[in-house]
Amino acid sequence: MRPLTLRRLLIHCAILAAILFGVIVIALKMGAVPVSLYGLGRALVRMALGQASDLSSEYKLIIFDIRLPRIILGIFVGASLAVAGTSFQALLRNPLADPYVLGVSSGAAVGAIVALIIEPHLALSPAVAALFTPLGAFLGALLTIAAVYLLGRREGQIDSTTLLLAGVISASFLSAIIMFFMTTLKGGDTRGFAFWMMGDLSTPLQDSLHWVLRVGFFAAAGAIYTTAADLNLLLAGEKEAMHLGVDVRRIQLVVYIAASLLTGLAVSVSGAIGYIGLLVPHVMRLIFGSDHRLLLPTAAFGGAIAVVIADTLARTIFAPSELPVGAISAIAGAPLFIYLLRRKLT
Amino acid sequence: MSTAPRSAPISSRPPGDSARANNEVRLSVEQVSYAYSPNPSQAPLFTLEATSFQAHPGEIVAILGPNASGKSTLLKLIAGSLKPMSGRVLLEGFETHTLSPRTRAQRLAMVQQESPLLFPSRAWEFVLQGRHAYGRSLRFAGEDDVIIARNALAQVGAENLSDRWMDQISGGEKQRVILARALAQQPLLLLLDEPTLHLDIGAQVDLLDALRRLAAGNRYTVVVVTHELNLAAEYADQVALMQRGRCLRVGPPATVYQRELLEQVFQTPLTVELGSSGRPRVNVLAGSGS
Repeated sequence: MRPLTLRRLLIHCAILAAILFGVIVIALKMGAVPVSLYGLGRALVRMALGQASDLSSEYKLIIFDIRLPRIILGIFVGASLAVAGTSFQALLRNPLADPYVLGVSSGAAVGAIVALIIEPHLALSPAVAALFTPLGAFLGALLTIAAVYLLGRREGQIDSTTLLLAGVISASFLSAIIMFFMTTLKGGDTRGFAFWMMGDLSTPLQDSLHWVLRVGFFAAAGAIYTTAADLNLLLAGEKEAMHLGVDVRRIQLVVYIAASLLTGLAVSVSGAIGYIGLLVPHVMRLIFGSDHRLLLPTAAFGGAIAVVIADTLARTIFAPSELPVGAISAIAGAPLFIYLLRRKLT
Repeated sequence: MSTAPRSAPISSRPPGDSARANNEVRLSVEQVSYAYSPNPSQAPLFTLEATSFQAHPGEIVAILGPNASGKSTLLKLIAGSLKPMSGRVLLEGFETHTLSPRTRAQRLAMVQQESPLLFPSRAWEFVLQGRHAYGRSLRFAGEDDVIIARNALAQVGAENLSDRWMDQISGGEKQRVILARALAQQPLLLLLDEPTLHLDIGAQVDLLDALRRLAAGNRYTVVVVTHELNLAAEYADQVALMQRGRCLRVGPPATVYQRELLEQVFQTPLTVELGSSGRPRVNVLAGSGS
């Protein structure tokens, strides 16, 4: 018997944090303007210690005002998607569930687009306006997961194949709606089809949205983490969990809302990046096991690492032109999805 | 264990039963009925007529009957996962379906027909799940939880399975680990739904021996749903005989096991005789037609 202890949890998180730091440094270095790793590491440490950086101001601009905000954006988007994916997998008792596969990301994109269309007509104060797109995305995500959940039930039980089909159909229906908006609203400030469908981290974010993303992430991921032990039992089924003392309805409500919020936040700032919420929890489960008290935080780090790597590849392999980050995650994720599907169904 | 105030009046016991050293009633099922209909405007598809019985600490009650006789419904009503249409189920004076999930899990444990595991876990992880109702939501398992889980495994003779994966042990071993998880809940009442269903006869006897030992040693009250006539006769202190949503008779096996009654309930010719243990034995007369 070796039950999980706080110590073991912190050690694993520290290791992943160190890997994430290494990935950040490499991501900062990669790009058209070369910077030495040593110089970068030095500058980051000096910055962390609150000392003045010794890089030239031109480098500083590129590294800290262009590359770093994009990396930080990738970290929060990746962590949000991975935590949302882990949560959906536990709640739906389906290892193939993830916001993208279930159509929740597309639903969030539709919500965000509708919010972007309505917002100029409402004369909102800037503070409220910043919240408006993520709010629309959140509602879009919540409605989609509710619909997919209801469609995925058969005789009162979640049926995993029906559920996945319901998700795939919802995703395709919603992407058609996105296409419709993009075609009829040419010229408006609603970004492009590729942004919403494939995901893209290249558009710099307003500062206010950065804060919405960070606060929202910690609030929603924190709420999900308080249910980590309950999620472990829910894996055995709702009835089993209830008999072991889990308040099933309350846990489901908290986690559905919080996971939709995470998806909505991620999609409203970066579009629908696929497969992160599917791939990352799987890899983390292989390494760390399926205890959610350990899985949720490690998946958050893993998602951050995965998105930062994918985005770095997206902006460098065909430089100076860029791929959408979702193209990289899909190229890596789709074959893995097929592999997992076949292994599970045969 | 807490001694909660009892609000239920205790009726006098029928004579002739053994495990009554302690006269305190732990479980009291009082005129409990239930109706299931998929939609309120239709006539119910299934009804359970008013059923009553009482059980004491250390006693094993078998709910016996053919398929679709209402055994599992009665068990769910006792467990509090269904709300009775009328009547009530009292566990140490508290109605089970009004307890919070957490309190309920501290007082009664349910062993269900096994459900498939989504992701594999080890036996000790599985048994530690029984401690969930005692922890704060984020609390990691403490030393006391580990000791209780280890004892629970030892009580069912499964210490050696502790580090095995749940999907790599036999059906009988798995059933014992599931029972250990229920014991880790430190319940007053143990409920088992067809625990012997997928077990070979040796494993069935092992499991029921373990149950009888636990009921006697730890003063659990045990309610077990089964359609195994002879195992129920051998191990139960009381038998509740069910047919089509009605509880026909409750009492010690000797009073319930009567040839005409069992033939009518199970729709097959049989004979009842007294076994070497002093309990009734049923022989089904297969092949003689009906």
